[in-house]
Amino acid sequence: MKNKVSKLYLSLVFLFLYAPIAVLVIYSFNDSKSRGNWGGFTFKWYLELFKDRDIKTALYYTVTIAITAALISTIVGTISAIGIYNMKTNRMNLFLNINYLPIINPDIVTGIALMILFLSANIKLGFSTMLLAHITFDIPYVILSVLPKLKQLDKNITEAALDLGATPFYSLRKIIIPQIKPGIITGFLIAFTLSIDDFVISFFTTGSGVTNLSIEIYSMARRGISPTINALSSLMLAVVLGLLLIINKRTTLQVKE
Amino acid sequence: MNSKSKYLAYPYSIWMIIFILFPLFLIFLYSITLRNANEIKTITFTFENFAKFFNPIYINVLIRSISIAALSTIICLFIGYPVAYLLTRINEENKGLLILLFILPMWMNMLLRTYAWMTILGNTGLINSFLSFLNLPKINLLYNNNAVILGMVYNFLPFMVFPIYTALNKMDRSLIEAADDLGADSFTIFRKVIFPLSLPGVISGLVMVFMPAVSTFVIPRLLGGGKNILIGNLIEKLFLVTRDWNFGAALSMIILIIIFISIKILNVLNIDKESGISL
Repeated sequence: MKNKVSKLYLSLVFLFLYAPIAVLVIYSFNDSKSRGNWGGFTFKWYLELFKDRDIKTALYYTVTIAITAALISTIVGTISAIGIYNMKTNRMNLFLNINYLPIINPDIVTGIALMILFLSANIKLGFSTMLLAHITFDIPYVILSVLPKLKQLDKNITEAALDLGATPFYSLRKIIIPQIKPGIITGFLIAFTLSIDDFVISFFTTGSGVTNLSIEIYSMARRGISPTINALSSLMLAVVLGLLLIINKRTTLQVKE
Repeated sequence: MNSKSKYLAYPYSIWMIIFILFPLFLIFLYSITLRNANEIKTITFTFENFAKFFNPIYINVLIRSISIAALSTIICLFIGYPVAYLLTRINEENKGLLILLFILPMWMNMLLRTYAWMTILGNTGLINSFLSFLNLPKINLLYNNNAVILGMVYNFLPFMVFPIYTALNKMDRSLIEAADDLGADSFTIFRKVIFPLSLPGVISGLVMVFMPAVSTFVIPRLLGGGKNILIGNLIEKLFLVTRDWNFGAALSMIILIIIFISIKILNVLNIDKESGISL
């Protein structure tokens, strides 16, 4: 009896979580524009989506910024994590506390703070400012996913390499990087996903003509429900699902190892 | 690795100063200054921006933001705690899959999750279409406070479940058995053993839900319409429409202070419980 109640409860919560998304996906294939009736299965909203020039531009910016920001923040984040790992405890804590700020600050505050910074420095808002903002909120997550891997490292192996005549750079390349690689890749994937998904910070740091998919959805949704957004949302959902499956597979593999 | 490799973090420390610390300082600076429209160079220090806030209109927005965020947080706790508890009870085979299913919505675009509710609650949405199919009158489900609360609970529920689940999962099962052997009924076990041990998770869940809820401007804009604005909408408007940066910065400082105070209060509660001072 008790078991049944808990199963029912969990199912209801899962229904609450997934029903809205399911509705969205189902409606993206609905031929009828009015929601009430099912007008048959269609791909026409997807075709309309691919014809929409604004959405194509937004998609281009979203992907370009996500890849560039994720790459740069993975490189900077990994190098910084190695630096932080070798710091004395006090300085390390100070560093990590500042590194936490973009994670705990509300997005709206981070977005506005960066907007004020760019405008005060007379930098025109646009692609470069949005990219800089994305790198800024991505790096902390890369550091936090690389640092635990560094802490697991066996210091003796690096020392042995150095004793055997390896230069610090050679040991970094051949000993350290291969061992922390899982953390680096996870960091990259997290940065990429966050960047693809970001709305608030991009909204404040972008300028005329440069939008991303989230900003596009926001301005379309303000005008009301439209089947094209349903199609766009379903596609974005599929991408995030794919990425999450990859990340999850990686972490379970790591746990097994 | 040698002692020199600590210098590897130095470039990023410059980045942190420019892009993390300095922008926050700029918000602070704007909040305590007034800029003369005709002369940009002259800056006057003032508390006027904060004083402006004590207008009933703005105070009401703040009170509404805090109460809606607090209510959503409490609802998340009541829905999320049993979920977290039940997730720890599931057998190992299904556990991984169910937890993944629970994290999944957390990774979905927030606009997408909020927009999904528009398609259900809207005037031409699923529920109203169903009602008109049954020849019943339509009801206004969208553009009110309840829709905003629903949107917040929906968006932030996983933030509540996850920390509580982590805390409950770490709990030593034999403690429950011991309490049971010593004759405690299940309610007493929950009140005296399970709940106190899960408290750190509850606290971080409360913080993780309250923080985004009190500062969001997307959910109230899309589900609450233009009428019931929250403090996030006010900040957005001040920066992007009216361009009153100084007042907007003051409001951002107020949001930061609220969040800081709520974290402090919750932390104090937590420490008291852990050291057994209260109770």
